[in-house]
Amino acid sequence: MRYLVLLIGDGAEKPWPEQTEDEQSAAMEKFGAFDAACREREGVELLAGEALSGPDDATVMRTSSEGRVALTDGPYAEVIEGMGGFYLLEAPDLDVVVELLRVLPRYDIQIHPTVDVTL
Amino acid sequence: MRQEWGRLVALLLSQFRRLDLVEDALGDAVEAASRTWPADGTPDNPAGWLMTAAKRRVLDRLRTEGVAQRKLPMLLTDAEHREEGARTMADSGSLVEDDVLRLVLMCAHPALAPEAAGALSLRLVLGVPTADIARLFLVPEPTMAARITRAKKRIVGAGIPFAVPDAAVLPDRLDIVAQTTYLAFTAGYAPGTGPDLLRADLSGEAIRLARVVLGLRPDEPALVALLALMLLQHSRRDARVRDGRLVLLADQDRGRWHHDEIAEGTRLLVGPVLAGPVTPLTASYALQARIAAEHATAPTADDTRWDRIVGLYDLLLQVSPSPAARLARAVAVAEDRGTAAGLAALEGLEIPSSHRPAAVRAELLARSGDTDAARAAYDQAIAACGNDVEREFLERQRETLG
Repeated sequence: MRYLVLLIGDGAEKPWPEQTEDEQSAAMEKFGAFDAACREREGVELLAGEALSGPDDATVMRTSSEGRVALTDGPYAEVIEGMGGFYLLEAPDLDVVVELLRVLPRYDIQIHPTVDVTL
Repeated sequence: MRQEWGRLVALLLSQFRRLDLVEDALGDAVEAASRTWPADGTPDNPAGWLMTAAKRRVLDRLRTEGVAQRKLPMLLTDAEHREEGARTMADSGSLVEDDVLRLVLMCAHPALAPEAAGALSLRLVLGVPTADIARLFLVPEPTMAARITRAKKRIVGAGIPFAVPDAAVLPDRLDIVAQTTYLAFTAGYAPGTGPDLLRADLSGEAIRLARVVLGLRPDEPALVALLALMLLQHSRRDARVRDGRLVLLADQDRGRWHHDEIAEGTRLLVGPVLAGPVTPLTASYALQARIAAEHATAPTADDTRWDRIVGLYDLLLQVSPSPAARLARAVAVAEDRGTAAGLAALEGLEIPSSHRPAAVRAELLARSGDTDAARAAYDQAIAACGNDVEREFLERQRETLG
């Protein structure tokens, strides 16, 4: 199955800007460990993964029924305001994804399967 | 048939990943059996017959779904597992049991809501019909059917595996199996709402579920402690209600307790499995079971060792503090050290939307002769009580205040 993994909130972690350099590099090591664990795990492939810039940089685009486009400043909803990054990965099942994600910093994470719409 | 249900579901799931098809196919096979066996005679290997019939139905369905022959292997689990399955069918060794464990762990997966996990376990592992599960959980049958369907869809959609997890996670997962089982048990043992004081058949099913898992993992401390706890509580079922009325522990006819179950429960508690270090959940079950055992083994209510029970509650509150345990401890304190000590132990104790703290306070106030305060506490308890039998009991108690 293919999963979108959203790092939606700091959870038990200190917000990134408040972390000391040591804390930040410890967190970076964990991201590296996650990459490595995915590479080593059979049946798992990390297809994409990016960190997101701050919520102030986000833009919401809405298109009305007449086709008029309106842009608004900021994220769509409060819940994704704290979203720091995402992964797209291929994995056999939910348990494997959860097991791999345990090496990451203790963020709140949403794990969402994708649907295959290719015909 | 019911004993074989979980094993057959597990075996079919190990060969086809389609949870939706597997259960329907097995249902159809059972239905066909009920039509043909009375006329043709029961086959030598009834489970094998059902398995073959159900498999044929799954394959039929896959074909009618337009799945071309070349795509069929994709719907089967990996070849390795298929071989395992084939071997299992031949020698009926322990691999079948692994499949049942996979099924149990899938039904009680932490990514499922606890009520859904309980209902799904009764349906898939024990083969309890959906109509009966609905009755046991006091919801209309369509509601329960929808809940079970949603849970099954979620298993497929979220990618909840039919697998035994890594040894590092397995104890946690078995703890969740135990919690799911106990949730089903308490839904039957102490229904919060409705006309019945207890629904012993649901509690009985929960005990059966624990026995299935223990059949696979006999040395799992959480399940051993849980089975002991459930047996010791369940053993009193026939004495807890008389003529539709609640009978307090002290007034119960101890001859009507199931002493074989008490013996089994106490034997489990002293066994080697619980002798070593255990998880907080296991410790909490074991302590509650020891408390139940103190009651169950006292020859008369007057012989109850309330001092030991208070000590066990003190330990329980260290391992797993809860308002319900504090309340029960206050009752024990009142018996052991007197009404005033019991009332002091109740100080500041509240359980949201529960009538029990007020009911206990009322009883203790009545004993201490403070009739007015007792009446006020009974009023409070009666207003908060959602169970018909218990409310009637409280009303009678209030009347006897005079």
